[in-house]
Amino acid sequence: MRRGKIKMRVMQKHNAIMTGNEAVAVGVKLARVGFVSAYPITPQTTIVEKLAEMVANDDLDAKYIEVESEHSAMAAVFASELAGVRSYTATSSHGLLYMHEMLHWTAGQRLPVVMSVVNRALGPPWNIWSEQTDTMNQKDTGWMQVYCESNQEALDTILMGYRIAESQDVMLPLMSMEDAFILSHTSEPVIIPEQEKVDEFLPKLDLKFRIDLKNPMGYGSYTPPDGPFMELKKDLMESMKNSREVIQKVTGDFARTFDRDYSGLIEQYRMDDAKYALIASGTLASTGKYVVNQLRDEGEKVGLIRLRFFRPFPDEEILSAVSNLESVGVLDRSISLAANGFTATEVRSALYGKSDIPVTGFTAGLGGRDVRIDDFLDMFKTTKKGKGGNHYINVKEVK
Amino acid sequence: MIMAPIADVSSRVNHTDSWRIQKPIIDYSKCIRCMICWKFCPDACIDVVDGGAIAAPSERTLKMEAPVIDMDYCKGCGICANECPEKCIEMVLDEKGED
Amino acid sequence: MPFSIPEEELMEPGHTACHGCGATLAMRYVLKGMGEKTVVSVPAACWAVIPGAMPNRTLKVPMVYTPFAATGAVISGLRGSLDIQGKSDYNVVGFAGDGGTADIGLQSLSGAMERGHNVFYIMYDNEAYMNTGVQRSGSTPFGAETTTTPVGKERNFKKQQKKIVADLMIAQGVPYVATATIAYPEDLIRKIGNAKKISGPKFIQILAPCPTGWYYPPEKSVEVSRQAVQSGIFPLFEYINGSIKVTKPSKPISVREYVSGQKRFAHLDDNDIEKIQNTVNKRMRYLLSMEKEGIFVLPAQ
Repeated sequence: MRRGKIKMRVMQKHNAIMTGNEAVAVGVKLARVGFVSAYPITPQTTIVEKLAEMVANDDLDAKYIEVESEHSAMAAVFASELAGVRSYTATSSHGLLYMHEMLHWTAGQRLPVVMSVVNRALGPPWNIWSEQTDTMNQKDTGWMQVYCESNQEALDTILMGYRIAESQDVMLPLMSMEDAFILSHTSEPVIIPEQEKVDEFLPKLDLKFRIDLKNPMGYGSYTPPDGPFMELKKDLMESMKNSREVIQKVTGDFARTFDRDYSGLIEQYRMDDAKYALIASGTLASTGKYVVNQLRDEGEKVGLIRLRFFRPFPDEEILSAVSNLESVGVLDRSISLAANGFTATEVRSALYGKSDIPVTGFTAGLGGRDVRIDDFLDMFKTTKKGKGGNHYINVKEVK
Repeated sequence: MIMAPIADVSSRVNHTDSWRIQKPIIDYSKCIRCMICWKFCPDACIDVVDGGAIAAPSERTLKMEAPVIDMDYCKGCGICANECPEKCIEMVLDEKGED
Repeated sequence: MPFSIPEEELMEPGHTACHGCGATLAMRYVLKGMGEKTVVSVPAACWAVIPGAMPNRTLKVPMVYTPFAATGAVISGLRGSLDIQGKSDYNVVGFAGDGGTADIGLQSLSGAMERGHNVFYIMYDNEAYMNTGVQRSGSTPFGAETTTTPVGKERNFKKQQKKIVADLMIAQGVPYVATATIAYPEDLIRKIGNAKKISGPKFIQILAPCPTGWYYPPEKSVEVSRQAVQSGIFPLFEYINGSIKVTKPSKPISVREYVSGQKRFAHLDDNDIEKIQNTVNKRMRYLLSMEKEGIFVLPAQ
């Protein structure tokens, strides 16, 4: 009897247990994506396998093209989107780097493609585990970037992602990230939104400048120095700026429709009376929150700021979130070779001239190395000291 | 509204006559209206017009459509003259400021 | 007089191609063959510059500019996207130069052809990277001087044979493969007509002489193109599903006559020319034997 009751409740809420990659594929299906093109790379593969299966079983009414490289995957979705169809691809790590040229091309052509990236380290040496350097390397390509913390968020971000990207005030592509294996291959309960509600939330793609025989145009022709080159780039920047408001509106609409509130560009965790805090993204934020609770139990006034969006960078939100703090730490699971952490640098830049708060940078978890509770305790402790600088966490002595 | 890099104005707005050093002159009295010059023009700037008022080698030819080079676009490459089977197109020095 | 090729112009004047540009004629004829229900994709190439600066377009059909290596994938994406919108009657045409086809674009081309999309891939072959200033490509023929194979004291002209992409396409099972050139627009347009009858990938390699990079006077573009066929340097053929038809030169000329009009070959000595002549003879014999015997490759689909 008891068993039956639970099952009934599960069905009513459309609950399922699934990996992050499966959740993403379900999101793509719910978004009624019409065109998928991808090239396999661990740990992205189970997303595109699932989508291929959906297409094969007629669960997803889309064209699926199995290209011969990631460069071609992005080139194909660039073309399909330009012809007016909502398009999707997914990749990781070296695959994303191989796409780099096409990332600029897609953003520059103002095509609201959504892509999933399963964050994975870059070689050499080969390493397939979690690290965000791959997407941090793409921060300047004109793509919006969202770092997800849960499988639910990974699904929901596909739906919000298309809505934000396709806004007539934005028209920029968006990449949504999952941490390798920690989300991509780990099962969690996920609420699957109802299709009718998704359809209401996410209208059909309306690409004003789609390919049209009646109005034949050139797409991306050259422009000399006096042509509209600078103006086009500036307009892209303006749209990236405009996207902040759109993101707030869309996350608000999403919360009203689906009862899950992602609160815009950042999430503030126990920040109300905090004196110091750590800024983190992805699943590291989950461990961070756990440690915040632990420290709170010990009486520490500590909090955590989770970056959901890295592009547009939530500089105003961070400035406001740290206004009552005495010190802040920034955790990067990525490495900008020959410079400080990507996020630490952005945060310092956002606060420069506006806040005197010391910013301490941490590099941790490269190549999928576990970032343990003790590591977080160390980082909070160092942050509280407020001495700034940049620190590596849990690096072993090499003899 | 956003700006997208699109091009929607015909290149006809760009006259390429200033590229020309020499210009083709068709001797219509020899022209048999074979349209080979039209066929091989890389600038697609030879128009096919009703030939009624133009000289021709015969009465029959006079009634045929004739090739007329649009001097707003002709770059003076000389392919038409080179390919003309009747050798009735002559490339002459284009005196600047003549038009 | 009835026109020997369609009168409709889908390429407009006012473009910025060099005097006597062969690639421009190639596009003009290709579009005459395709008709107005066509979408063209062009990578980095002379043709990425020929339409002029934004906001100018010179084609009366949509033209998608793409990065260098992307043509094959872009036409795959266009085809898929148009098909799911019920626009299967649109011709999707990749139009790339020899560098964008034989070198940097080969992977993406090969992938698109292997997947069997219903697309046209036109390689306009001017036998070097002309847009960037005449650098050697895989499709540059033996003996040619380019800016990266300068003759100099060491006679460093290109020592390797031309990579013939049309042959590669036949080998990988593309159902329609042809060669054509601008001197024979009727033949070129007829081939496009035949290609249109095939639902699947179509590849046409069009020799598009370049006065700027081959160093001959611009009025000679069509003549040089004709000589390439008559000398056997660039044999015209049409391959459809295992059968190949070769056009025998109607007024054969020697390789010496072909190379003598182009300064890119000015440094060749008698031995070099003889070597080219022998290669040309062998290739023509090979093609004719293929015409007789037929070609068996695993069909793409």
